[in-house]
Amino acid sequence: MKKEGKKWKVLVVDDEPSILMPLEFLMRKSGYQVYIARNGTEAIESVDRELPQIIVLDIMMPDVDGYEVCRYIRSQAKMEGAKVIFLSAKTKEADIKKGYEAGADLYIPKPFSTRFLMEKIKELTQSEENS
Amino acid sequence: MNYWLVIAVSFCYLALLFGLASWAERRSAAGRSLVANPYIYALSLAVYCTAWTYYGSVGRAALGGLEYLAIYVGPTLMAPLWWVVLRKIIRICKVQRITTIADFISSRYGKDVKLGSIATIICVLGIVPYISIQLKAIASSLFILTGRAGATEAFPDTSFFITLGLGLFTIVYGTRHVEATERHEGMVTAIAFESVLKLVVFLVAGVFVTYGVFKGFDDIMRQARSLPDFEQLMSFKTEGGYAQWFWMVVLSMMAILFLPRQFQVAVVENVNEEHLNKAMWLFPLYLFAINIFVLPIAFGGDLLFRNGTVDADMFVLAIPLSQGQDLLALLVYLGGYSAATSMVIVATISLSVMMSNNLIMPLLVGIPALKNRYQHKLTVILLYSRRLCILLVLLLAYLYYKGVAEYYSLLEIGLVSFAAVAQFAPAIIGGIFWKEGTRYGALTGILVGAILWFYTLVVPSIVGVGLLPATILAEGPLGISWLKPFELFGLEGMDYISHAMFWSMFLNTGLYIGVSLLTRQTSQERNQAEVFVDIFKYSTVFETSIVWKGTAYIPDIRSLLVNFLGEKRAESALKTYRRKYPEPEDATGKADPKLVTYAEKLLAGVIGSSSARIMVASVAKEEKISIDEVLHILRESQQLISINNELRRKSLELRKATQQLSSANEQLRLLDEQKDEFLSTVTHELRTPLTSIRALSEILYDNPDLDREDQEHFLHTIVKESERLTRLITHVLDLEKFESGKYELNLSEVRIEEIVQESLDALESLVQEKNIELLVDVQHEMPAIRADRDRLIQVMVNLVSNAIKFCNPDNGQISVSGYYLDGMIKINVSDNGKGIDEEAKKQVFDKFYQAQNQNIRKPEGSGLGLAISKKIIESHKGQMWVESEVGKGARFSFVVPVHVKEEAAKV
Repeated sequence: MKKEGKKWKVLVVDDEPSILMPLEFLMRKSGYQVYIARNGTEAIESVDRELPQIIVLDIMMPDVDGYEVCRYIRSQAKMEGAKVIFLSAKTKEADIKKGYEAGADLYIPKPFSTRFLMEKIKELTQSEENS
Repeated sequence: MNYWLVIAVSFCYLALLFGLASWAERRSAAGRSLVANPYIYALSLAVYCTAWTYYGSVGRAALGGLEYLAIYVGPTLMAPLWWVVLRKIIRICKVQRITTIADFISSRYGKDVKLGSIATIICVLGIVPYISIQLKAIASSLFILTGRAGATEAFPDTSFFITLGLGLFTIVYGTRHVEATERHEGMVTAIAFESVLKLVVFLVAGVFVTYGVFKGFDDIMRQARSLPDFEQLMSFKTEGGYAQWFWMVVLSMMAILFLPRQFQVAVVENVNEEHLNKAMWLFPLYLFAINIFVLPIAFGGDLLFRNGTVDADMFVLAIPLSQGQDLLALLVYLGGYSAATSMVIVATISLSVMMSNNLIMPLLVGIPALKNRYQHKLTVILLYSRRLCILLVLLLAYLYYKGVAEYYSLLEIGLVSFAAVAQFAPAIIGGIFWKEGTRYGALTGILVGAILWFYTLVVPSIVGVGLLPATILAEGPLGISWLKPFELFGLEGMDYISHAMFWSMFLNTGLYIGVSLLTRQTSQERNQAEVFVDIFKYSTVFETSIVWKGTAYIPDIRSLLVNFLGEKRAESALKTYRRKYPEPEDATGKADPKLVTYAEKLLAGVIGSSSARIMVASVAKEEKISIDEVLHILRESQQLISINNELRRKSLELRKATQQLSSANEQLRLLDEQKDEFLSTVTHELRTPLTSIRALSEILYDNPDLDREDQEHFLHTIVKESERLTRLITHVLDLEKFESGKYELNLSEVRIEEIVQESLDALESLVQEKNIELLVDVQHEMPAIRADRDRLIQVMVNLVSNAIKFCNPDNGQISVSGYYLDGMIKINVSDNGKGIDEEAKKQVFDKFYQAQNQNIRKPEGSGLGLAISKKIIESHKGQMWVESEVGKGARFSFVVPVHVKEEAAKV
């Protein structure tokens, strides 16, 4: 999926501006192409339009929740190989399980360590590049 | 009038009664009983009014004036006491299956055979004369009506055939069932009908005499003044003085309770104790009605037949006849006939049951040889003995009528009967209220009383007809002057009734009490005494409150029941028992004491309690029980009753408590769920600002070379998110305090205008920043209220800042209004935003409504503001609500009362 010399596309989805702000900064600083969505509907539109390889996804959002968005991504052939990372304030066992069942590669509870998040994203992109 | 016509009418009338009775019984079998109502019951009690009342009252009034009223005053005085006395007797009889007054006495004193027999003999001796006067009345009225000279008839004369006819009728009527406890619904209906008939006809005759023959009450009374003894008749002063009045009243009080026929209709035939309530005033009313025309008829007769050719007892009939009113005369005859027949029927049925149960049965079952021989024919023997007794009683009455009654007035003989049954009073009244009364006490009292009765009342009447020498009255028997029947022990100056009553009742009562105190009860007696006196305690647990010890086998008990009840009834009775006491049967076939008691009770209904006792004892090996044991077991059974009641109460309480617990549990579970949800929402809400703060701080830490603009932007966000955190925590704690009731308002005199103004001042910059048009219209000089100033400001700020958030973003408008009305201050805050739909209106005051319903654009805020505001207003005894239409903005309002009491202001 990744074309040599081209930037990774990362879609960041959250309804809280105060959380989108640091995420956007971090992705940009790591050299990714960043797209932003403030709710589920925007996220799906962005997925269809930009075909991001990495999606950082909040779960509790006003219209379509994160699980739905993830399931949508997994149902699309064009999105094969895309990595989905949940970032959520939902920290219960059952919620995390539900996230992996929806097709997530990783589920990180809020509040999260920025370093940990960026490392994990790096790992995911590298494994993709090596394959 | 034609003799045979009247005879034919008489028999037709009996046939009519019979038809009525069968119809009533068919109805009752179909479940539409006529008897199950208090009016029929009260009318059946009027069997008290016999031919004595119907003919005799007039006769007595003509001779003795107002004195005739005495025997109606007694029952009237007694009626209010029925609820105490009669209801108790009814309950005892129901529970113990007692069917006659003799059985009642015998049962109370240990089911004593002797006592039952003596009581029966007294009843027969006392009541036979009473029946005879009914025969006399029927015969006399028949002769007067037809003009036939009765005295010249040779045997078998008219009255003999009347007697025979009545006997046959009573047999067909009253002995169809063996079990005497079975109520005779047909009979009761017929008696009630007869009561109506005799009353109506007597009233018609009275009206005829008063208004037809004379010109009303006034006319009769004016003319009556010319009668030589008028003054004396109209005063209460009789020849016997007030003592006679007193004793007549007492006598009739006893009679209404203890006459066998009264006992039959009032106790045995009683369907429902509650019927007494109505009968208590209906029956005296009946007595009043049937006495209204007695004096006019008596005086009328006196005036019409001055020569004394007509017996005063027959005035009612003679007056219409003398006026040529044959049809009315025939009706009057029928009325008297009905009064007589109702007494004869009920009295003979009752006497026959007494005789067969208390005289014949004890003989039959008490002598083993007889018993073994007739073991399997007992039912038939019982039935035939009853029929025979009916004929025997009537025959005796006929003989008495022929030999004695012809020479005396109806009243004189009637009083003798009253005096006979009055001898039961001490033993019965004492028996149901005094536990210490013993069998010997009752026996001595009744015997001595009865002997005195016989000697002072019956002997003189025998002398009177010439069967005994008249010297007995004048000089005493064998010349012993203190034994003169009318002046016993030298007591002079009383009329004969008062004299007889004084001695018999004095000695009867004295001996009953005295001997009772001197003798000891057997265990059986003690048991019955306890159950009788405390019947309302035991009536529901009768089988367990009869103390019995011994060995009996179920097959024996069963065959005993079959012998007397028949296969079918015995089986169904045993089934009923098993339903009531479903404990398993003893493997050895031994009967439970409860079963023995139950069987004995059933048998008592058929053959009387004393015979039933003998029968049961004959199939069981009984053990002696001491009185202490009886009392001990009874006390236990009483305790059992109270323990049972206590248990029932406790289990009810327990069930209630369980229900309360489970509903409390459910509430707790709901609360717990809400708490869980609240907590998870709170933590979620906390995580969001925390996430932002952490991420931004880490970025600032890892990137020291960040340009200044970004740095400031990030730091600013961190500060704002920290404030958000703080606000959230404060709100959560506030809410928790309000909800748990721990919050105490800091009350002071507060002016609402100031609060509104202060809140608006705080938000002024925000309003200007968003370019919102703010309209304020708050009434001046509203009353001050006692309130928590800071809290009310919090509410106002919350409402106004919500309005700022949600008003139309382009041309926002907010209006704040306030006024005082009816002791309340009302504040409204409206915006022109998109409004709130119906569903959301119900939830806006819920905690974290925003968080749970994320369709709304999430503005900054904890999601707890409205919930807290509502709590604050409610803690000021006010109310808060929202009105809104989608697209037309929303208006939040609250009211607070001006007078908030200090203590009520605590949350």
